Amino acid sequence: MPTLAAMFSPRSFASLTALAGALVISFTGCKKEGSNANADEIVIGEVAAMTGGTATFGTSSHAGTQMAIDEINAAGGLLGKKLKLITEDDQSKQGEAGTVAKKLISREKIVALLGEVASGRSLEMAPICQKAGIPMISPASTNPKVTETGDFIFRVCFIDPFQGTVMAKFAMSRGWKKVAILTDTKQDYSVGLAQFFKEYFAKNGGTITGEQSYGSGDKDFKAQLTAIKAGAPDAIFASGYYNETGLIAAQARELGITAPLLGGDGWDSPSLVEVAGKAIEGSFFSNHFSNEDQSPKIQEFVKKFQAKHGKTPDAMAALGYDSAMILADAMKRAGTTEGKALRDAIAATKDFDGITGKITLDEKRNANKSAVVLTIKDGKFSFVESLAP
Amino acid sequence: MSQFIQQLLNGLFLGSIYALIALGYTMVYGVLRFINFAHGDVFMLGAFTGLYLNKLMGPILAALPWPVAILIVLVLSMAICAALGILIEWLAYRPLRDKPRLNVLITAIGVSLLIEYTGQLVFGATQQPFPAIIPKVNVGGLGGLTVTMTQVIVSVTAVALMIGLRFIVMKTKMGMAMRALSLNPTASSLMGVNNSVVISFTFGLGSALAAAGGILYASLYPSIEPFMGILPGLKAFVAAVLGGIGNIPGAALGGLIIGVTETLVAGYSDVLGIPSGYRDGVAFVILILILLFKPSGLLGKVEREKV
Repeated sequence: MPTLAAMFSPRSFASLTALAGALVISFTGCKKEGSNANADEIVIGEVAAMTGGTATFGTSSHAGTQMAIDEINAAGGLLGKKLKLITEDDQSKQGEAGTVAKKLISREKIVALLGEVASGRSLEMAPICQKAGIPMISPASTNPKVTETGDFIFRVCFIDPFQGTVMAKFAMSRGWKKVAILTDTKQDYSVGLAQFFKEYFAKNGGTITGEQSYGSGDKDFKAQLTAIKAGAPDAIFASGYYNETGLIAAQARELGITAPLLGGDGWDSPSLVEVAGKAIEGSFFSNHFSNEDQSPKIQEFVKKFQAKHGKTPDAMAALGYDSAMILADAMKRAGTTEGKALRDAIAATKDFDGITGKITLDEKRNANKSAVVLTIKDGKFSFVESLAP
Repeated sequence: MSQFIQQLLNGLFLGSIYALIALGYTMVYGVLRFINFAHGDVFMLGAFTGLYLNKLMGPILAALPWPVAILIVLVLSMAICAALGILIEWLAYRPLRDKPRLNVLITAIGVSLLIEYTGQLVFGATQQPFPAIIPKVNVGGLGGLTVTMTQVIVSVTAVALMIGLRFIVMKTKMGMAMRALSLNPTASSLMGVNNSVVISFTFGLGSALAAAGGILYASLYPSIEPFMGILPGLKAFVAAVLGGIGNIPGAALGGLIIGVTETLVAGYSDVLGIPSGYRDGVAFVILILILLFKPSGLLGKVEREKV
């Protein structure tokens, strides 16, 4: 028991003040948290990979999403309220996406969730949103399993059976009959895409000369590529993300493999060319949109994006923008942000005029759209052809 | 057959880098009897030092012939990382020298995390391309085999550094002091060896090798990020244990074995029935087997704990 004098000693006084301070802070903290749910703001959550192995996906899609939210707010907001976007970074880590999605739902009281680009991470968030009754719109997860989770889960992009088929058709049209496959087994996206490519390609008379795999974060692919080279393929289907693909391209050329690489929308990042340099020239990948498209809507978007961020938007930015716009459109039609009504309004999206095409959500909550095939020429992604569903 | 030789070569080049990193682990263990888990992060710092040096002195380096340029980058970042290694030892490990070994081990994990996340803050989290200082050409005249100039330079540098290390440890006074310290620290200090200086030197030398490993690794796989040191660091640790921890030739041998094994596993995955994605697992299976059947490692001596 301290004496009275001791209680007023400078040291105890300091700790008392600190305690009082902490109490004040925690009270204001509570107040602020409560206000999120019912203020004159609609809180929308976003989970994006702002750092880590697929960081350009997150930064791009976030830039697009934020741009859409800012535009809606500048035009007076929605339902008499302003939109507020709270973004959480999942560090490109499996396991982290689910955690931050839970945090957004329970702490920030979001009415809807936008995100993830990577399918593996969307698959973590989907059951959480489904259970909580919070509609989730993924901008760019193409693995079919994502929306199969439940009726609260949507996407504004095409799915891998289509994307894989597009690339298989493209390979056939170029007369490439022998293709080797290189998959990132740590990514649901990569595994799914490769599987759909293989199914279509093998069924239509193509030969798979070899199948190799690696894990995200690997740097050395010489072993797999040497094995692939032995099969002398006309092309290599590398279904992983841009970071590893850059290194794969560089090492393939070092080993004297001249066959072009083929891939999906996971290649869409400036990092691909930075890492691979000349090695990736003349390879092809499927994507959601091309910023070379001369339609006025796309060019206006490109101009606005450039003015704001000083660089041309990639497909992830366009999809991020579209996902936020579709959510806003549904809120307007529903007249409320209540989960079930909002879900039904999103599901009823029809012929929405997005940046990445006319978007209609089908009964499986997927967007039906055409894909574009791009090639890498002089370090830039240039348009080759467009393939309808 | 030529495919097999190609895979073997791929493995040896990869292994020579593991060997370089493993040397640092083994040296610090030999002298201080503890595993410096921050070693893999010094490896990462080496690669980033190389990147920034290259950005800083870009025009000067471009004007020089490339072998001089790579030598300058290599020597400078080895020096910088040696200084960093000495600093780390001075700040984090020296105050714990008389404490139980476990304290230092856990501190090493802390230092490792500190470097990784500070790296993420300073360098950014995204991968950065490492400049190609060594020209991208293939060495000809090997039949169907492809060996790039980078691979040749990497292995030559690695071997040269290992020979240099062997010379320092076996033929110099400092090396003799290191060996004395490793045998018995108390006795060596009684014989007039300044233990602190020797330990600092060991850390400096180990960190310099890690930095060289970092630059060579980044030249082979030109995409670097703050967490790039974790996996190669762990594999090098396995290599050091495989060769017999504390044993310098053992670490080099262990590195080569790990490199070749994982390349062969990945390259012949369809024959072996192991998906090539499991290549990383192989290194750790080797670790478990070694600990089970020959805990002292391939070249290590059996050591009895004094009671």
